[in-house]
Amino acid sequence: MSQTAPAAPAHRVARIGLAAMGLGIAAFALLPLVLPTYQVSVLTEILIFAVLAMAIDVLAGYTGRTPLCHGAIFGVATYVAIYVSTQADGALLLPLVAGVVAATLVAAVFALLAIRTSGVYFLLLTIALGMIVWGMCLRWTSVTGGENGLRGALRPAALTDQLAFYYVVFAVVAVVALVMWRFVRSPFGLTLRGIRDSESRMRALGYNVSLHLFLAFTISGFFAGVAGVLYAMFNDFVSPSTVALSQSVEGLLMAIIGGVGTLFGAFLGSAIIIGLENFASLYTERWQTVLGLIFILIMIFAPEGILGRIRLWLSRRG
Amino acid sequence: MSELLELDRVTVQFGGLKAVDDVSIRVKTGERRAIIGPNGAGKTTLFNVITGIVRPASGAVRFVGADVTRTPVHARTALGMSRTFQITNLFPQLTVEENMLLALRGLSPRKFSLLGDNTLSADERARAERAFSLSRLHERRGVAVREMSYGEQRQLEMAMALVTAPKLLLLDEPAAGLSPAERVIVSDIIRALPRDLTLVLIEHDMDLVLQLVDFVTVLNNGHLLVEAPPSEIRTNQDVQDVYLGKARPHA
Ligand SMILES: Nc1ncnc2c1ncn2[C@@H]1O[C@H](COP(=O)(O)OP(=O)(O)O)[C@@H](O)[C@H]1O
Ligand SMILES: [Mg+2]
Repeated sequence: MSQTAPAAPAHRVARIGLAAMGLGIAAFALLPLVLPTYQVSVLTEILIFAVLAMAIDVLAGYTGRTPLCHGAIFGVATYVAIYVSTQADGALLLPLVAGVVAATLVAAVFALLAIRTSGVYFLLLTIALGMIVWGMCLRWTSVTGGENGLRGALRPAALTDQLAFYYVVFAVVAVVALVMWRFVRSPFGLTLRGIRDSESRMRALGYNVSLHLFLAFTISGFFAGVAGVLYAMFNDFVSPSTVALSQSVEGLLMAIIGGVGTLFGAFLGSAIIIGLENFASLYTERWQTVLGLIFILIMIFAPEGILGRIRLWLSRRG
Repeated sequence: MSELLELDRVTVQFGGLKAVDDVSIRVKTGERRAIIGPNGAGKTTLFNVITGIVRPASGAVRFVGADVTRTPVHARTALGMSRTFQITNLFPQLTVEENMLLALRGLSPRKFSLLGDNTLSADERARAERAFSLSRLHERRGVAVREMSYGEQRQLEMAMALVTAPKLLLLDEPAAGLSPAERVIVSDIIRALPRDLTLVLIEHDMDLVLQLVDFVTVLNNGHLLVEAPPSEIRTNQDVQDVYLGKARPHA
């Protein structure tokens, strides 16, 4: 939005948005102080997967292309980080950097193959690309450990404490979220929304649409990679299920439930899905059925996602 | 010779249909040219060949002296082409101002600013102001395009094509579907265009177009039927036949 006289309601919506954001930040900052350790680890996971969901939203919500390979990109970062940590004993930063770089490179290759498609073809192609990664992780046993996966400890001694680690993740995710927010609101971010609305008009205006999509895809992969190395530090273990299609689906569901194109809706989506996974599974083995039901209800009553719905509602009330 | 745009024996084929059939056109710098002809004559397809959306089966397109037959759309825009679309082609979910920003930045390096501020620079603001006042969309800048009337959308369509300061402006039926009052606005805008801007205008309505241009090309069934100044078009027997629906098969 520009600085020239925004309509009054937009102003109000922005204020309410800021207040809600402050509330969310406060909740994530203070809750761990009163929660038992196990629940702190759930909160950690929520933050990490929110980054994955935001990365997916950059493509799904801003370029209008729905990817189903980000679990694989995320998992590549996790695999590489853990593998490097087992090879380079004691190195702190190297495994993390290697993980993010690997994920970004994989995303760049995927981007080259996928950006010329859109709609359901894009979806199917990204599924196939993700499956290749999954197959490699399963079969390349000498490096990935096959079905047994890989184990490694990436956290330095100071961060073995669950609460200390949580606050590090909190700080990193806060910075990442801020950077992504600036990214989607930047001049480049606007070109992505333009591409979502009309590729032919963008070309006619002089934009190299493929180049913009390539950059967006690669940058989105970079952020998925950041989430992936955080997960490596969190979990100390990686197996093919981390790069499986279900991971990509879960990330996409988080983005959709929160509200595609809202960016921060990812935190709501992540909280709902990770929450269900951890708490509903205590009471019922059918937590996935519960998730399915919730998803259907949201699609019926708020197809624009929770945050999308709230925004719409606020701007209508004026 | 100061030819800005040259089509050399261009043919476009859609399956068995030759939408454009062996058409050669030369447009001089500063010229105002109309392309007229009945529906389905191949006018829009000709624009698509000029701008690069459609590749010709044979023939060549030259622009500012360079062969651009294989040049992608965005690179032709960078050479100085700009167009509007017959079927309104805007960014419906974005505001008028955001639409204008995208039009302004198509050729500026600022489009790659990944973390920068999205506010207008002083230069961008000045250019946007000019385009807004030309198209009378000043008060509408905060409105989402999908919420605007059809007439306003057509005006924005023109304003966005103009704001890039092109060498060649291609307008595809800018007045189609507009009320008589709105059509007057459109012809006023066209008349007010800088004289050194080269204009190619597709228009279905002869009355509107003949007062606006220096030269007219008539297409029919993909063929070039007649090229003549406006004064000769009305009285031309071939043109009358086509417009009265008595088109003879091309000899
Ligand atoms: N992309 C396309 N695929 C197939 N046929 C097309 C395509 N575009 C245009 N045509 C056909 O080419 C002919 C010329 O169309 P067009 O250039 O739109 O005519 P005009 O703009 O003069 O009304 C029409 O018969 C139309 O159906
Ligand atoms: Mg047409």
